[in-house]
Amino acid sequence: MRASGDALVAGGITTPAYTDQMIATVEQLGPYIVIAPGIALAHARPSDAVLRPGLSWVTLAQPVRFGHKDNDPVTLVVGLAAPDSSSHVQALATLAGLLDDRSRRDTLLRAKTPRDVLAAIVEYERTHAATEAVSGSE
Amino acid sequence: MGVKGAVVKILAVCGMGLGSGLLLRMQAEKALRQLGIVDADLEVADIGSARAMAQTADLIITSNELAEQLGKVKPRVVTISNFVDLKEMVEKLRAALVQT
Repeated sequence: MRASGDALVAGGITTPAYTDQMIATVEQLGPYIVIAPGIALAHARPSDAVLRPGLSWVTLAQPVRFGHKDNDPVTLVVGLAAPDSSSHVQALATLAGLLDDRSRRDTLLRAKTPRDVLAAIVEYERTHAATEAVSGSE
Repeated sequence: MGVKGAVVKILAVCGMGLGSGLLLRMQAEKALRQLGIVDADLEVADIGSARAMAQTADLIITSNELAEQLGKVKPRVVTISNFVDLKEMVEKLRAALVQT
């Protein structure tokens, strides 16, 4: 959790206060943030600590148990920062599409370097743009 | 479909109403499209305001954890385990909406 917050800070997306807010949120509301097998979506409320909308991506070398009945242990923590309730909608939609395909999800969970992650995302966006065009012409 | 042309009001509930709940709403939209249900009204609520908003909803979608926190509410509650699995969403919505 802290690593995903640190990454948001490093990217100039949030201030360190946001990391504490994300941790407080999961302590208060529980492990529901583990939204899929092995994947946690960490975030807090929009606040002054959010400088701009953004996501961080942290793959854990050692999977961590969050206490979720079905989806533990967690390998990937996606940190989400939103300055309001709408500017991150597109990013979330992309994330959902990216993780919907099981084999791509496995590839992303096993990714060892940022380059591997980026390559998978670029590949997704390329094929996704193609399928959008196909479904749009139906 | 057992929807009889009426608009189905679906409430996606998460902790703060902007992360996983939003994800649920987007997945539900896609799922409804697959099921051919166009008369649906989707809203997102945080766990704090969900009980009040549930009064006017036909169906609630949320996680197992939050369903427990939500307690007993009037509409049927559908719990989703894998938020990015569209198949799970389609199957659970189909089951829920056909029974409604």
